[in-house]
Amino acid sequence: MVAIVTIGVLSLQGAVSEHLVSMNRVLKEKKQPGQAILVRKPRDINACDALIIPGGESTTISRILVNSGMHDAIRQRMKQNNIALMGTCAGCVILAKELTDTKADVQLLQAMDMQVERNAFGRQKESFEKSVEIKGFTTPFNAVFIRAPCITKVWGSCEVLATVEKEIVMARQNNYLALSFHPELTDDLRIHRYFLEML
Amino acid sequence: MKELDITKLRHGTDLVKKGFAKMQKGGVIMDVTTAEQAKIAEKSGAVAVMVLERVPADIRAHGGVARMADPTIIKEIINTVSIPVMAKARIGHFVEAQALEALGVDMIDESEVLTPADPFYHIDKRIFTIPFVCGCRNLGEASRRIWEGAAMIRTKGEAGTGNIIEAIRHQRMVTSMTRALRSMQTTKLQKVADEYCQSYVTSFKTLTNQEVDEKTVVFGDSTYSTLKKEVYEVLKEIKELQRLPVVNFAAGGIATPADAAIMMQLGSDGVFVGSGIFKSKNPEKRAKAIVEAVAHYDEPEKIAEVSKNLGEAMLGIEISTIPKDQLLQERGW
Repeated sequence: MVAIVTIGVLSLQGAVSEHLVSMNRVLKEKKQPGQAILVRKPRDINACDALIIPGGESTTISRILVNSGMHDAIRQRMKQNNIALMGTCAGCVILAKELTDTKADVQLLQAMDMQVERNAFGRQKESFEKSVEIKGFTTPFNAVFIRAPCITKVWGSCEVLATVEKEIVMARQNNYLALSFHPELTDDLRIHRYFLEML
Repeated sequence: MKELDITKLRHGTDLVKKGFAKMQKGGVIMDVTTAEQAKIAEKSGAVAVMVLERVPADIRAHGGVARMADPTIIKEIINTVSIPVMAKARIGHFVEAQALEALGVDMIDESEVLTPADPFYHIDKRIFTIPFVCGCRNLGEASRRIWEGAAMIRTKGEAGTGNIIEAIRHQRMVTSMTRALRSMQTTKLQKVADEYCQSYVTSFKTLTNQEVDEKTVVFGDSTYSTLKKEVYEVLKEIKELQRLPVVNFAAGGIATPADAAIMMQLGSDGVFVGSGIFKSKNPEKRAKAIVEAVAHYDEPEKIAEVSKNLGEAMLGIEISTIPKDQLLQERGW
C-alpha cells in the first residue's frame, strides 16, 4: 500500500456521505495516513488512489459522469491501471462490462468481466436485509439490498465473493470490487477495510 | 438460530426504508402525470418520478378535491421507466396508501398538495413496508412526521406557485431550530418535545372530550407516555447530528436551476420539482438543467451556463395574492 492514501467518493448523486464516514473511520482505526475525499470534478480523480462509486440511480449517476468528463477521466486511470475501484449498487452496475437490459440508458465503465441485471430483486417493496456469507470473512455480513442489482454472470479473472440463493451479489477482479448491496448503511466496516487492503 | 437468520429476508425495516431515501440524495424528483412525461424525466436524469393526477399549478387553478392518481396511469409509468416511481396519497388517507403500496409504488408522499382526508391524524407510516416522504414547515412538523415513521422529509414550500420564498422560509425554519437545540439541556429539550406532542393531545380531546393521561393511546398503538419519550429521542438525535436524522429534500416553488441550487446550498439533500418543469416552455431542457444544477450546486459558472436559453419559466404567483384558505402549506399540522 502507498504511504499516504487518498480515497475518493464520487459525489454526484446517492449515498455519498455514508461512504465518506465509513472510509475515514477505517483509515483512523488502521492508523493509515491519508483521507477520504469527495470527488466532484475530473481533476479530483487525479488525486485519488482509489475511488468509490456509491449507490443511487445508475441512469442519473452515469449521465452526470459522462457530461462532466469524469467518465473519461476514470477510464484513463483504468488504462494506466493505477486506480482501485469499488462500486456499490448503482456503482456495481456502472463497473460492469455489460447489462442484461441492452437498451438501458447507462454508460458503463466496463471495468469488470461481469454482466449485471438492474433491479433484479424487484421494487422497493421487495428490498431487504439479509445476513450474507462473504468469502474470506469469518462471520456473515448484514447486507442491505435496495432495489438492488445482481451479477448474472462473471468470466475471465472476475471472482465471485458472495451470493444470495444463487444470485451473485459481490465480485472482485484484481483491484476492482463490486457489490449489489450497501455496506455504507451499517456500522460494519469490514468491506471498507477489505477495499483499503486491496490498494 | 443463526442458520434461520441467514435464510431470512427482512423487508420494510427502518434501514431498508431510510436507506432508499438516502439513494435519492443529490437528485431531482420530478412530478409527472403521464408515461410520456415520466420518460422525459428519466431521460433528463431524474432520480425518481412522482405521479399525480394534476400538477400543483393545475390543482390550484381548477380547484376541487385532489386525490391519488389513477392506478392505470401509475401502473403504466411503473412499466415505462426503470427509476423509482413515487405517488401521492392524501394526508391521513391510509387506504390510498395501501393501494399505492399494492401497486408497487416505491415511495409514498403523504402530501398537502392533495386535499387532506383526515382532520385528526396523519397516516401511521410505521406499519407500511414501503417508505414515506412528508412535508414540513418547521422542526415540529418534521419531528412528528419522523416519529410517525416518515423515511424522508421535504419542505412544503408553496406548491404550484413557481415562487421559491416559502421553500426557503421552511428550510430556514428547520435549520434555525436545529441550531437552537444545540444549547438545550435535557429539561428544555423535554419541554420542546412535549410542545411538539400537543397536536396529538388536541386531536384526542376534540374526539373524546376527555383529558389525556400517560396511558392514553394517542396515535396508532402508542400511548402518550411513549409518544413523549420517542419524540424526545428524535429531538435528541437532531440535536446531536445537527440535521434531520432522515434525508431532507426541498419542494414547493422550485422553477429554475438557480432555485434548485440555492436550496442545496441551504442544506437540502435534493429537490422535488412539481409544476416547474412541465408547466414551462421547454420541459426537457429545463429538466436537464435542473439536474445539472443540483449535481453542481456549488459551482456558479455551471449554474450560469445551464441557466442559459431555457425558454420561459412557469409564470409564478406572488404568495400574498393567494387567499389564506388556499395556501397548501397550511394543510397538515
